[in-house]
Amino acid sequence: MNEMTKPTALPAAVRSVGEYVPMVDGPEKVTGRAKYTADMLDAPALEAAIFRSPYAHAEIIDLDLSAALAVPGVRAIVTGDDCDMTYGVLPIAYTEYPMARGRTRYKGEPIAAVAADTIHAAKEAVAKIRLKAKELPAYFTAKAAKAPGAVQLLDQRPGNIERDVFFDLGEVDKGFAEADAVLEHEFHAAEVCQAQTEMHAALAEYDALRDRLTVWCTTQVPFYVHLMLSRTLKMDKAKIRVVKPFIGGGFGCRTETLQPELICAQLARKAGQRVRLVVNREETFITHRGRPESDVRMKMGMTKDGRITAVEMEQDQRGGAYSSYGVVTILYAGSMMFGIYDLQAARYVGRRVLTNTPPCGAFRGHGTVNTRFAFESMLDMLAEKLGLDPFEVRRKNLLKAPTFTLNDLMVNSYGLPECIDWVEKASGWKQKCKGLPQRADGKRRGIGFACSHYISGASKPVNWTGEPHATVNLKLDFDGSITLLTGAAEIGQGSSTILVQVAAEVLGLSMDRFRIIASDSAVTPKDNGSYSSRVTFMVGNAALQAAQNLKAVLVAAAAKKLEAKPEDIEVLGEVYRAASQDKGLTFQEVVVEALKDTGTITVKGNFNTIPESWGGKKYRGAAIGGTMGFSYAAQAVQVAVDEETGEVEVEDVWVAHDCGKALNRLTVEGQIQGSVWMGMGQAMSEETDYYHGLPVTPNFLDYRIPTIQDSPPIHTHIVESNDPYGPFGAKEAGEGSLASFIPAVANAIHHATGLRFRDTPFTPDKIFAALDKRARNAKKA
Amino acid sequence: MAKRILSFTLNGKRHEGVAPDNMLLLDYLRERLLMTGTKTGCDGGECGLCTVLVDGVATLSCLTLAGSVEGKSVETVESLEKDGRLSALQEGFHVKLGSQCGYCTPGYLMAAEGLLRANAAPSVEEIKTALGSNICRCTGYVKIVEAVQYAADKLRGAKQAA
Repeated sequence: MNEMTKPTALPAAVRSVGEYVPMVDGPEKVTGRAKYTADMLDAPALEAAIFRSPYAHAEIIDLDLSAALAVPGVRAIVTGDDCDMTYGVLPIAYTEYPMARGRTRYKGEPIAAVAADTIHAAKEAVAKIRLKAKELPAYFTAKAAKAPGAVQLLDQRPGNIERDVFFDLGEVDKGFAEADAVLEHEFHAAEVCQAQTEMHAALAEYDALRDRLTVWCTTQVPFYVHLMLSRTLKMDKAKIRVVKPFIGGGFGCRTETLQPELICAQLARKAGQRVRLVVNREETFITHRGRPESDVRMKMGMTKDGRITAVEMEQDQRGGAYSSYGVVTILYAGSMMFGIYDLQAARYVGRRVLTNTPPCGAFRGHGTVNTRFAFESMLDMLAEKLGLDPFEVRRKNLLKAPTFTLNDLMVNSYGLPECIDWVEKASGWKQKCKGLPQRADGKRRGIGFACSHYISGASKPVNWTGEPHATVNLKLDFDGSITLLTGAAEIGQGSSTILVQVAAEVLGLSMDRFRIIASDSAVTPKDNGSYSSRVTFMVGNAALQAAQNLKAVLVAAAAKKLEAKPEDIEVLGEVYRAASQDKGLTFQEVVVEALKDTGTITVKGNFNTIPESWGGKKYRGAAIGGTMGFSYAAQAVQVAVDEETGEVEVEDVWVAHDCGKALNRLTVEGQIQGSVWMGMGQAMSEETDYYHGLPVTPNFLDYRIPTIQDSPPIHTHIVESNDPYGPFGAKEAGEGSLASFIPAVANAIHHATGLRFRDTPFTPDKIFAALDKRARNAKKA
Repeated sequence: MAKRILSFTLNGKRHEGVAPDNMLLLDYLRERLLMTGTKTGCDGGECGLCTVLVDGVATLSCLTLAGSVEGKSVETVESLEKDGRLSALQEGFHVKLGSQCGYCTPGYLMAAEGLLRANAAPSVEEIKTALGSNICRCTGYVKIVEAVQYAADKLRGAKQAA
């Protein structure tokens, strides 16, 4: 492994790994040439619109389409009757239909859809669909849905429990008994939504002559979409082609097949034409798949020198009406207590509950975020109780890599100590923790700290097929150009740039020599998609191996031409030579030689995880959390609290992230900053809200994303622990820094005000109410 | 719906066309002219993704009727690249990673273009004010500020050199 991870000694001009490299598809994005799904307007298509449920829970008695079908220009209407196949993420949790059948389980659930000559006709027809239904009791909180006697939402899920999890590892009760301090608190995290800027869209083209279907759509997982199209349409997979155009962000929202692409394809087949479905912002919010509202109870014990002795957590997640990633989320929430500190006793009870709200899914930092909020808040509360410094408490509980955690997660590289050291110094913690001067405008300042981590791809895939985790092809042809073919979904995170960088670095060639084609099932090798921060690690390793294989072919060709041994061939950028005196062959000459007798060359690289990384078997679902490499992050957040209004201003953030090796410092910084800021959104202002199941925040005014004016500088530091398995030592960079923001800012608000908040988001009304209450109590006393 | 003949300057060229009275400038650009650089991100006036310049002023094309730009000058992201070169702002957003998924980028470019024409040396606060009604979900805005500063520095440098 060391041999392959060492950068080749080459002239600096053709090196890119470790540099600041602008994205390979940047020019398209800044010129407006990049085509996103909704931009594919040059081909004529029918326009589609969806009829959605006005009920949170109801039995469908009758759906009258007669008036809708009579609208001029209507070409096809599909309903639940058109598809009796469920879909979903995990094969054990295919619980959802593209459109409701028999029962509808949340307000906004698709019930029917229309394709018409114009969008106006489609919308007019939707308005003329008549639904007769019988309302059923509806549940909008986990507590209500799991209460005895509640009506069961899904036949296969008694008690409305999508999944319960239990583990009890180590000697938990003994740990609490041995602790010098034990605290127990409840935390609540509001539901949040990815709210990527691009609204969901799909374009589907059905070729009735050949019974073939092509779908372009807004997805992070074209392969999963391919499988679910095949399943729900009962079509041979070989007759389907899925193409991912430019994607306007995902953040986990699109890590599963969503209704728009399934419905659009059904309409295209029924109408026998090309159909476009672009849903609006409100519908994008309803489609949702965000982070679930979570109720967390956590108990933690600590010795007086700061060692964690035991943790007990109970977590209920309001999952929404269907399974989505629910099983995985509730498992992550427990397993990811581990992998960051040396934790020798932990007990977990997790419940993922089905409710009459839009289904939640996998949001950036999947499963770990609300657990980490509670965990890191508890660390600070115990530190305060025991008179310890929060940094020292974390240092007391560090892991020593390589190691396996109590729940059998493999930890190989561990840059958390360096992250902590940098943040402590850069933030000026040692001075500031003693108290920050009040601001001239009267606001009280405080600083807080927390750590977090994340996986670099789940070691066990959702669909276990026996295939490698990742496959990359490199095609070299007569013109000397190299095309990198990958199924990895570029969604703005820079995956295409990283893969080209890796291949170019191994071959010692300029990135200009490469083209990349990503995510077109007719052309590119299958890939599981962009989720769980798997692409750099897994697909990057596949690209690395493919490039090594191509290099071997080129070296062999050069050796043949130069009548030398392959091991004597020296590669200097585009020059291949046999000895230092030799003037060598140009790259084009080597290509000509390599193609003799064989023609176009396509090589392949694979990546597979090692069994040691597959997680444990100590409890049902223990594989969730298993990864080849954990990233680590530490951050300090400084706030100024306006005690007159309860408003919290985030003044500054210092974050250090261990990504193993920054293949591209520019995009790594961008990912870290984006993660921190997204954590800030959840901490400070973001919250979806429902009124009897009706989404009342499905727009950018009521769902409050921080604006540029609310957003602080984010001082970013990269720690490189050089993971033994990552490509060139790299691990994930795009999620791990999110979770620590929330507890860090909670700790900072506590530092500023003396008040502890355990309920996100930390909005001015909550903070004002707590300040006001304290002031009243002080007056009384 | 009544239709009207439109006559305005689009990206420096005279443009004539026909649009229904209730057609938004955003839809006219995208659907009629297939100029899809200008994006839609919300259901109206919330996100800034559709920002274009109308007579040099950053304007939400989703809240502007196509008919209302009669006789005016409209500039979109498609106008920025000239003679095979990126503009200073485009270059800034590219090399400083002010653009990640890229979907909000055209709106930022046009809002920032409006700012830099009026203010060649904006402070961070002035940049944040000018871009305050645009939403980006990828960057945390840090590199967007840097991208605009990069462009401002470059343009000032070019002016001094000239």
